[in-house]
Amino acid sequence: MEGFIDLKGYGWTLWAGVAITIEVGICAAIVAVIMGLLGAWGKLSKSPVARTIANTYTVIVRGVPELVLILLCYYGLTILLQRVLSLISGEDVRIDINPFSAGVITIGIIYGAFATEVFRGAFLAVPKGQIEAARAIGMSRILIFRRVLMPQAWRFALPGLGNVWLVLTKATSLMSVIQLSELLRNADVAARAVHMPFTFYFLASLFYLGITILSMLGQQRVEAWANRGVRRA
Amino acid sequence: MDTSVITNNIDRFVSGTLLTLQLTAVSVLLGLCLALLLALARISPRRFLWMPAYAYIFYFRGTPLLVQIFLFYYGIGQYFADHPDIRAYLQDLGLWTYLRNPYPFALLTLSLNTAAYGAEIIRGGILGIPHGEIEAARAYGMSRLLMLRRIILPRAFRIALPAYTNDVVFTFQATSLVSIITLMDLTGIARVLISRSFAAFEIWIFVGAIYCAISYAILYGFQLLEFRWSGHLRDRPGTAAKPAVATTVLVR
Amino acid sequence: MKKQFFATIVVSAMLALAAGSASAEMKKVKIGTEGAYPPFNSIDPSGKVVGFDIDIANALCKAANFECEFVVQDWDGMIPALQAKKFDAIIAQMSITDERKKVVDFTEKYSKTPAKFMAPKGQKFDFSADGLAGKVLGTQRATIHENFMRDNFPKSDIRVYATQDEANADLAAGRLDLVLADSVALKEGFLKTTDGACCELVGPPYTDPKWFGDGAGIAIRKGEADLVDAFNAAIKKIRDDGTYKKINAQYFDFDVYGEPAM
Repeated sequence: MEGFIDLKGYGWTLWAGVAITIEVGICAAIVAVIMGLLGAWGKLSKSPVARTIANTYTVIVRGVPELVLILLCYYGLTILLQRVLSLISGEDVRIDINPFSAGVITIGIIYGAFATEVFRGAFLAVPKGQIEAARAIGMSRILIFRRVLMPQAWRFALPGLGNVWLVLTKATSLMSVIQLSELLRNADVAARAVHMPFTFYFLASLFYLGITILSMLGQQRVEAWANRGVRRA
Repeated sequence: MDTSVITNNIDRFVSGTLLTLQLTAVSVLLGLCLALLLALARISPRRFLWMPAYAYIFYFRGTPLLVQIFLFYYGIGQYFADHPDIRAYLQDLGLWTYLRNPYPFALLTLSLNTAAYGAEIIRGGILGIPHGEIEAARAYGMSRLLMLRRIILPRAFRIALPAYTNDVVFTFQATSLVSIITLMDLTGIARVLISRSFAAFEIWIFVGAIYCAISYAILYGFQLLEFRWSGHLRDRPGTAAKPAVATTVLVR
Repeated sequence: MKKQFFATIVVSAMLALAAGSASAEMKKVKIGTEGAYPPFNSIDPSGKVVGFDIDIANALCKAANFECEFVVQDWDGMIPALQAKKFDAIIAQMSITDERKKVVDFTEKYSKTPAKFMAPKGQKFDFSADGLAGKVLGTQRATIHENFMRDNFPKSDIRVYATQDEANADLAAGRLDLVLADSVALKEGFLKTTDGACCELVGPPYTDPKWFGDGAGIAIRKGEADLVDAFNAAIKKIRDDGTYKKINAQYFDFDVYGEPAM
């Protein structure tokens, strides 16, 4: 790449940015899956409290733009949390959340709301009769979840989760507003430093496209693997 | 918690919200027109039609909107800076006073972006039409254009409406990114007010609540539309309950 | 970066008074800077922050016997991030203004340079509220320059950018009529680059303390007087022992300290 376009020494920062983008993406995806499972469990729960919490969570997260949520979490919530904890403990509390962790947590929580719907749909897609049958032979609730629900729900959830992953990796670009040195941030710094905005932003967009293409190929393979035991009509 | 910065600046929040809504409405309309053309090109068997449409849709869906905004605004800005003659030419055409503003670039990027998503949704709608209906239209001797106008598009829109509703909400929320290219939308106003009052928490909560309320208002509005459009599918007119406010926004 | 994740996610309750305890270790101080305001602070190709502010900060830390670490932070989140304790001091050409003093404390100034407008070459302006009516003015968000323009040129179209570089780029692109910023940052950071060939400084220098304050100081959270005192002593020390002069000479052919403090 450096060969035919002179990137004035900033070319490597794009690759470094790609690495951070993928790292933050994977960590956030893990958080999102956990939040999604919790959310789906809450939504399908018999407890009205759990249902209310899960519904409030998805309603708020999906109603507010990601950028606003990110800025709110990064600046607003840390200050609030510190004030509250300082008040309780009477000491000067410091919560050090670096941009990487903040990015992972906010993106994870935001896309956890989308994963919630995916998992909810997937759990509902498991035929009720199977759960009844499992109950009839005396399986415990945890065992039903582990042996009956989860192995099938995963498969139903995969296309939806793949979609969440694709959107999530793109959303990591918003982390550039909280100084995380991911792909867009590094492209932005380079673009401004050497006054080559078109070159750097276009290259950044191609890198994102590359991540998307690789993710889609990966998704196809994973789905093929997950459905290996399913008979096709 | 200090709310005076909010109550004292209500008029600015209103103007920001209006810009946000305006950007949403115009880019959704422009995007829809483009999406329609793209969807038709995408399902065409002709290679010179479907291939560019495919590439376009793939690029705009495969890259983050934020990158697209930076690329269009500052990338084209670099072009203006390097070629003052282009600027002079645009000035002669009387376009420069408009094109030097960030507004048309925000609109362009948002429209191009939403068009790519919209095209896929409409394509899905067209592919979702039962084949028999198209055969019936053909048997009637309808021309391709008439068939498109009378059968395919109305049907495709109805099928695609739930997914399209989501996309409108996403476009609405995506407008929050235009503050990055200096537009004073709701987010832009919030950032300016925070920079002088430092009341980050209060202002983001307030702004978040406005976005949330409008998001669900849009969802509700489109569901009423869906309800009206699906009149012929209901058992008896007037007996079905009005739709409840949906809380399901699908992933884009 | 990834290793930091699990390390820093841990909530650590630290006593701010720890410095007062008898530990012989060097006090760790995190310094927030922007990294987008050349020649004062910017990010070089290797990803390091460099510039006048950085050299001054390092000299101050040495003088105060602090172990310093830099944290890059966008300008409009600078004070919120200080309050959120993402760092302990801001060394990023932040002017000491009354508005900011309501939320943070400042040390004495460590530099003072006037603000000026920048415009495409060969243009004349009348620098009054009516004279600039309808003109498109650009500056960086959350700066003294933004406040000054909003208060004094209400009839102009004011556009605010996340970084000064972006405002400069838009002036070069012809999207703005004027840019207001620190004269040194404009001159050394932009006009001397190839893209700066388009433009020149115009109009009077602005120094009214109501908007422009008393020069650039180090901002520190309220109630941390020890740190303020330590930095003040350090500023005096590097002024007296010639360190400041040496750093100044590396960047400028004039004294950025401005008139001596009382």
